Amino acid sequence: MEHYLSLFIRSIFIENLALSFFLGMCTFLAVSKKIETALGLGIAVILVQVITVPANNLIYQFLLKDGALAWAGYPDVDLSFLGLISFIGVIAAMVQIVEMAMDKFTPALYNALGIFLPLITVNCAILGGTLFMVERDYNLAESAVYGLGSGFGWALAITAIAGIREKLKYSDVPDGLQGLGITFITAGLMALGFMAFSGIQL
Amino acid sequence: MASEIKAAVYDPLIDNNPITLQVLGVCSALAVTTNMMAALIMSIALTTVAAFSGAIISSIRNHIPSSIRIIVQMTIIASLVIIVDQLLKAYAYDASKQLSVFVGLIITNCIVLGRAEAYAMKNPPGMSFLDGIGNGLGYSLILMVVAFFRELLGTGKLFGHVIIPVANEGGWYIPNGLMLLPPSAFFVIGLLIWLIRSIKKEQVEPADYQIHQVHRTEVL
Repeated sequence: MEHYLSLFIRSIFIENLALSFFLGMCTFLAVSKKIETALGLGIAVILVQVITVPANNLIYQFLLKDGALAWAGYPDVDLSFLGLISFIGVIAAMVQIVEMAMDKFTPALYNALGIFLPLITVNCAILGGTLFMVERDYNLAESAVYGLGSGFGWALAITAIAGIREKLKYSDVPDGLQGLGITFITAGLMALGFMAFSGIQL
Repeated sequence: MASEIKAAVYDPLIDNNPITLQVLGVCSALAVTTNMMAALIMSIALTTVAAFSGAIISSIRNHIPSSIRIIVQMTIIASLVIIVDQLLKAYAYDASKQLSVFVGLIITNCIVLGRAEAYAMKNPPGMSFLDGIGNGLGYSLILMVVAFFRELLGTGKLFGHVIIPVANEGGWYIPNGLMLLPPSAFFVIGLLIWLIRSIKKEQVEPADYQIHQVHRTEVL
C-alpha cells in the first residue's frame, strides 16, 4: 500500500508532468488564462489519463511486449515497435469514448468540458504518461495509480498557473515580455518551487 | 515562385517562429536542451518528420475525408516517428536513451500536426515539404540557442568539449547547476522571447488589461 501511496505522491509533486518534464506545455501555456477553463481542462486530463494509462498498459503487456503473444502461440514475436502508433490510437479512441459516454450520462459535465476533450488527444501529457509507464515498466495497478497521480499533478499545475496569471494581468509588464514571455518566466518560478519537493524521499 | 520558396523556409525562423510566436512544440524545446548534442538530434528528427509528414499529407490531401482527417494525419505522423525512433535506436542508441520519451512525443508535437492541418492540407506537396523544413529549422534554431546557453553555463562545455575550464577541474568557472535543471529552460526561453520581441516590435502582444480601460468602464 505504501508503495502505491509513494508512487502517487511522487507523480504529483516530484515528477510533475508539466513542471519537471514539460509535458502538455502547449495547452499549459495557451489555456491558462482563466482558472475555470484551466480547472475544466485539468479534470478532463485526469479523467483521460486514468483511463488511457492502464488501457495502454494492458495492450503493451498482452500484445506488444517482447514475448507477450506467448498466450496466442507466438512466443518469439516482438511488436514493441508498434507501440507509438497503437498508443496514440488508443488515446484517440478513448477520448472519443469518454466524450460520448459523458454526453450520454453526464451532460452537464460534458457541456462544461466540451471543447477541451478533443484537444486532449494531442496533449503530450497523455502520451507522455503512457510512454513513461512503458519505460518504467509499471504493472496494471501501478499504472492506474500513476495515471491518476500524473493527471492530478498536471491539473494542479495548470490551475495554479492560471491563478497566478489572473492576478498577473494587473501588473505592469515590460512590452516585449507581455503575454508569452512573462508566462514562461512565471512557469519557471513555479518549477523552481516544485523542485523543493525533489528532496522528499518516500 | 522563388520568393515563395524563400518565404516558406525563412519566414518561420524569426518572423513567424513556431516556438516563440505560435507557441507550438514547446514541450520538447524545454526538455531536451540540457546539452547541444541531444538538442541537435532532436532538431534533425523533428525537421525530418515535419518535412515528410507535410509532403505525404499534402499529396493525399484531396482524398482525405475531412471528418477523419485528424486520424489520418496522426497515423502518417506516427508511422514517420516510428521510423525515426527505430533508426535512432539502431544507429544512435545512447542518444535515443537520453532523449527517452521525447522522440515518441514528436507525434503530439503541435508543430507537426499544426503545420499539417494549417499548411499541408491546402498546399501542394513540394511547398509543404519546404514549409515543414522551414518550421523544423525555426524550432531547431530556438533549441540550439537554448541548449547553447544551458550547456555552456551549466557545465562549461559545448557538444561535450570544454570551452570554459570548470573550477573543480582546475579552471576558474564555477558552473551554474541551475542551468541543468528544469526551471532554467523556462527562464532562457522567456528571456529569448523578450529579446526577439524587443527587436521585432510587431510581435509584442497587446496587454489583456490596461489601466486606462478601467477608467473608461468606470465612466460608462
